[in-house]
Amino acid sequence: MQIHQHIIEFVSDAGEGAQTAGQCLGTVSAKMGNGIWTVEIIPAEVEPPRRSRAGASGNRVRIGSKKITNAGDQADLVVAFNEQVLYSRFDVGAMRDGTIILLDDKWASVDDENIRKEFADAVADFKNRKADIRFVPFESETKKHIKDPRHGKNIWALGLVCAIYDRDLKLAEIEITKKFAKKSQEIVDTNLKLLHAGYDWAMQNTDLRFSIPAEPSDVPKIVVNGNIALALGIMAAGIEVCSMYPITPATSISHYLAEAFPRMGCVVHQAEDEISAIGFAIGASFAGKTPVTITSGPGLALKNEFLALAIMAELPLVVVIVQRGGPSTGLPTRVEQGDLLSALYAQPGDAPKIVMAPSNHEECFHFIITARKLAETFRTPVIVLSDANLATGQQPIPRPNPKTTWFAPPIDQSDWDESVPPFDWDPQTGLSQRPIPGQKNGNYVVTGLAHDQNGRVAYESSINEHAMQARSRKLATLQHALKPPVIHGDPEGGDLLVIGWGSPRGAIEEAVDTLRAQGISVSSVTLKFLSPFEPNLKEIFSKFKHLLCVEINYSDPASFGDARRYSQLCTVLRAHTLCDIDCWSHVPGIPLTPKDIEAAILEHIDQKGIDKP
Amino acid sequence: MGETLSFVSFVTKEKASPTHKKEKLMNMTDWTLEPRMREFELGDYLGAAPRWCPSCGNHTVLKCLQKLCKDLNLPPEKTVVVSGIGCSSRLPHHMGTYGFHSLHGRSLPVACGIRARRPDLSIFVVTGDGDCCAIGAGHWLHALRYNMKMTVMLLDNNIYGLTKKQTSPTTPAHTKTNTHPNGAPLDPVNPLATAISMTNASFVAQCVDWLPEHLYNTLLRAQQHPGLAFIRIRQRCPHFMKGHLDAFMNDPNKIQILTDPRGVLPGSLTQTYGTVEHDPTSYDDAMKHARQTDPIPLGLLYLNESALRYDEFTQKGIVTSEEEKLAAIEAELNKFAIL
Ligand SMILES: Cc1ncc(C[n+]2csc(CCOP(=O)(O)OP(=O)(O)O)c2C)c(N)n1
Ligand SMILES: [Mg+2]
Repeated sequence: MQIHQHIIEFVSDAGEGAQTAGQCLGTVSAKMGNGIWTVEIIPAEVEPPRRSRAGASGNRVRIGSKKITNAGDQADLVVAFNEQVLYSRFDVGAMRDGTIILLDDKWASVDDENIRKEFADAVADFKNRKADIRFVPFESETKKHIKDPRHGKNIWALGLVCAIYDRDLKLAEIEITKKFAKKSQEIVDTNLKLLHAGYDWAMQNTDLRFSIPAEPSDVPKIVVNGNIALALGIMAAGIEVCSMYPITPATSISHYLAEAFPRMGCVVHQAEDEISAIGFAIGASFAGKTPVTITSGPGLALKNEFLALAIMAELPLVVVIVQRGGPSTGLPTRVEQGDLLSALYAQPGDAPKIVMAPSNHEECFHFIITARKLAETFRTPVIVLSDANLATGQQPIPRPNPKTTWFAPPIDQSDWDESVPPFDWDPQTGLSQRPIPGQKNGNYVVTGLAHDQNGRVAYESSINEHAMQARSRKLATLQHALKPPVIHGDPEGGDLLVIGWGSPRGAIEEAVDTLRAQGISVSSVTLKFLSPFEPNLKEIFSKFKHLLCVEINYSDPASFGDARRYSQLCTVLRAHTLCDIDCWSHVPGIPLTPKDIEAAILEHIDQKGIDKP
Repeated sequence: MGETLSFVSFVTKEKASPTHKKEKLMNMTDWTLEPRMREFELGDYLGAAPRWCPSCGNHTVLKCLQKLCKDLNLPPEKTVVVSGIGCSSRLPHHMGTYGFHSLHGRSLPVACGIRARRPDLSIFVVTGDGDCCAIGAGHWLHALRYNMKMTVMLLDNNIYGLTKKQTSPTTPAHTKTNTHPNGAPLDPVNPLATAISMTNASFVAQCVDWLPEHLYNTLLRAQQHPGLAFIRIRQRCPHFMKGHLDAFMNDPNKIQILTDPRGVLPGSLTQTYGTVEHDPTSYDDAMKHARQTDPIPLGLLYLNESALRYDEFTQKGIVTSEEEKLAAIEAELNKFAIL
């Protein structure tokens, strides 16, 4: 059967390789020219007990003929190595009526009577919930080729799925070889055998067949997850020092960098804590190198004092924050956009800085290059806010073509003009050049204390006002240089404008497209800059009758009246534009789906009494 | 850069092209250069006038550091003094070099970050007993372990000065302070023993502020050390700890000079104070002296010149050219290429 797109999930106990199978399927499909988006399905613990309901580990792969911008709604086909892990997928609404579940039926015949009963009950339950369950002997077939089928059935299952979706086995072989090459040739060979065995079994034993033809394209592409895109961006920006302390979901950036960075002559410093990580980065920055420090929300909390110092001392720095669920330790592996306000405001005092948010993998890459340049030009930290959804999802993006002009220039060691003070604030722009150690006659003392243009500690009221103004003016200067954001839908205006930032963009735009096709007057806009905002927001907003922020953080329902707490972007935009912006925001710990957003838009339209066609 | 060479710098007469603008070390085979030594004066190292209390120990440290810079002819633009927050941490403002007055407790991460990619700079760190042993204790231990080349001076006045007489980790038990008006309840941290016990610590010395010759000699010895030199300086605080070190100042028997060919030159001190031979490479002996609080042992307590250096790790690849970098990033992108 030919289809435009399908959502496929692999779920299992942790350690059974379902993530690997999903990633391979994603890469193979991307290489075949399909649009893809993958999302990791991650249990909260590293190794939850086997067959536990909340222990699902795996991967969702959405494959389409065209570009795919989000993880989509409900699964069309699920591979499950046991029935218990499926419960959590039902609980989060990942299943629809008729979702095909390929389930290992070995549990029906194990010795343990309790397990047999659990299995029978679950299957009956899932059938009641209208799942289309089909039994597949994953383990027993895998056992024909390998002693411990727990390590191997994932690749057998990959072979099976490749047959069902008519995937190019040669490409799958390449991925498997890459994946296991580090282990041994024997392991590579066994897995290749398993791939073919799964494929052959499907050809002989099932008539499930779907084809998702790819639209031809001659744009060279790479397939990466958001964290790899950030890491590649860091390298392409010519950043030399990455200073970090491990924290989910940001760490994988530094895992990849730790491996690849030395090939560019660069270094990953794993500090003793997040405070030290940013302090080290700031030291490197003072010494002339624009560094990056990488963290998530809890790490940002620790970095705030230093962040304010970098702002006060006007030292360039790129800070990547891969947001996760909060507050506190929160949901370490899950998506949330809860750190916007803390990025904007959590530092001591008035601490103006640049904040950007990539909304897809291509932006993850290119925003870092922009961020480094902005950091240097504006002599300030730039925060890049990503999130767990972008971090682990894979997507094909046009292959960037790095240039040496993207790199940080070699540090200036020429003599400093003695007549120029170290904080020679331009009255209009607030901009100034900084001396770098080694520059003769540039000698100055960086201090977090209030200081004058010479960097001398100063307590005079007028100097304090002047310095504050200079630091703030830089943001106004940047705003003048930015373009207004682009409207998805109708730039002329309409009934409703959905306003978002970061990773929900794909799902928001898909929802908007679906509703526009039904004649509903809705558009959307995704803000790339959160400090300063892109220009003309008020003017753009005025073209729409209603405004709705959609984001992944907490807000109270409208019924709370004066006590209502708005979502984070909404709070800031209301203050910034004085427009009466409403919000629909949630914290499900998983990406917002296009269907959720469609429903929210429709409900909003109903409440506002807008006529539907 | 070789340590002995870094004490001396040369400039070219010609300054036309930007590549020649950069200072170069004398290169014996490069006759296009006509090296001329820049001679620095004490005035080159003076910054804003210090405003510490008269007879505060900080003054001595500042003067010794300035004299050291002058005697070693360190180019001011190649010298960075990093500090945290506290009375003592004001010191960079009073130097004529580059300086970094950072956050309370955080001088060492900043200094390590500066060193990470800049082997050419001379780095000095100034920290107080609260700054180093309380809020910055984690960084202190890890910086000792990183062992990156720099001289760290702990200006230990046994009290929080800047914030007006609160108990510090090195305040002796029973001392009355504003946070412990009935006397500090705990015994003090021993910064020397703590430093020596940290894995990979490589140079731990002790001075007192009222013997500037020895302090100077210790700074000089530290400059020859390849890694992190940690110097604890016992200091008077005439304002908040009036007379707390008087007994040690007035009684020569309460000072003991550690001597060893690898150690700090005792100079004229041997005329006044008793000496004891001490092998600084012996951990056990070092610990024994570190634990001894009366008499105060002065000199190099611990030395481990073969300790691994983290700057050798962080400085790898600093000479990579743009072309090599471009080739490397292209190769990385190719690993993810699909079409
Ligand atoms: C985060 C933070 N906490 C507290 C302070 C207040 N503070 C400044 S200096 C200081 C203690 C200084 O004592 P010490 O390090 O011994 O230096 P001294 O003044 O004695 O030289 C404190 C608590 C601060 N500046 N920053
Ligand atoms: Mg003190």
